[in-house]
Amino acid sequence: MSTTWVAILVAAIGCYVLKYVGLSVPQRLLEHPVAERVAALIPVALLAALVAVQVLATGHELTLDARAVALAAAVGLLLLRAPFLVVVFGAAAVAALVRLIG
Amino acid sequence: MTAETPPDRRVVVDSLGVGVATGAYGVSFGAVATASGLDVWQACALSLLVFTGASQFAFVGVVAAGGAPLTGSLTALLLGSRNLFYGATMAPRLEVRGWRRLVTAHLVIDESTAMGLGQDDSRQSRLAFRLTGWSIFVLWNLMTLAGAVAGSRLGDPRTFGLDAAVGAAFLALLWPRLTAWPQRLVALVGAAAATGLVPWTAAGVPVIGGGAVAVVVGLVLARRGVAIEEPS
Repeated sequence: MSTTWVAILVAAIGCYVLKYVGLSVPQRLLEHPVAERVAALIPVALLAALVAVQVLATGHELTLDARAVALAAAVGLLLLRAPFLVVVFGAAAVAALVRLIG
Repeated sequence: MTAETPPDRRVVVDSLGVGVATGAYGVSFGAVATASGLDVWQACALSLLVFTGASQFAFVGVVAAGGAPLTGSLTALLLGSRNLFYGATMAPRLEVRGWRRLVTAHLVIDESTAMGLGQDDSRQSRLAFRLTGWSIFVLWNLMTLAGAVAGSRLGDPRTFGLDAAVGAAFLALLWPRLTAWPQRLVALVGAAAATGLVPWTAAGVPVIGGGAVAVVVGLVLARRGVAIEEPS
């Protein structure tokens, strides 16, 4: 089995266990203020890091290319309250266009 | 089946609406997953078995950046940790035991929890949670398959800008969480720290490292905030 399949199964089992344990443990066990704060911070911190790496990194190099233009377009679409799919495929279209021209 | 009262009809319509809107963007997950180098089966396995959107996007994002697949799993698990808290919040309303709990657990995601918490009584809460969860599950998986098949037939995904779509997807998932300045600051720190780590660390590390730095900064901010609010 390839590493990718192993990683998919690890993610699947882990994510399921998190959901199941949440339903099973008494709520007060998770009511620690620091734990709640960390839980609220993780998505914001990780998603922001993912955006940066996805848009700026090419291997170990930092580059500004069509992806950055696409991200700027995504910001514009989000400010206009466009739905998720419009944002994602709109950004893709902008990147494709920039590459076509450039 | 008992006759539906109007409030129930509202719950059904709202839940299915959220289900359709959310499930539909499975197509973008399928497309970016294959653009990131996964095959159609792997894309579908992620939607079927992991079934929590942000974690799935994170997994393919790390793999696309050249990170070790297990680093992708770790990032997916960190993002999936919020479902732990959703589960604990929903448990008193759902009151599920045995095999029902085993099945219900898989449906604990952002949207089903939000819809479940938005109802007045626990019966409607269960109805909204289940309808939202199941409709997203069915549609998300069908749309993932459609997006993955389409994505894998497009040829070089870069020509269609699909590599840029991943960043846009993360931003769109992040956007609704940037409601106040502490969150925005945490996001900026996370992005900056991750960017700074790119030249120096193995692929996949910048995301987790940058995320960790931002969480610590967020905790420090919160502690200061609490100190300010305390009456002297």
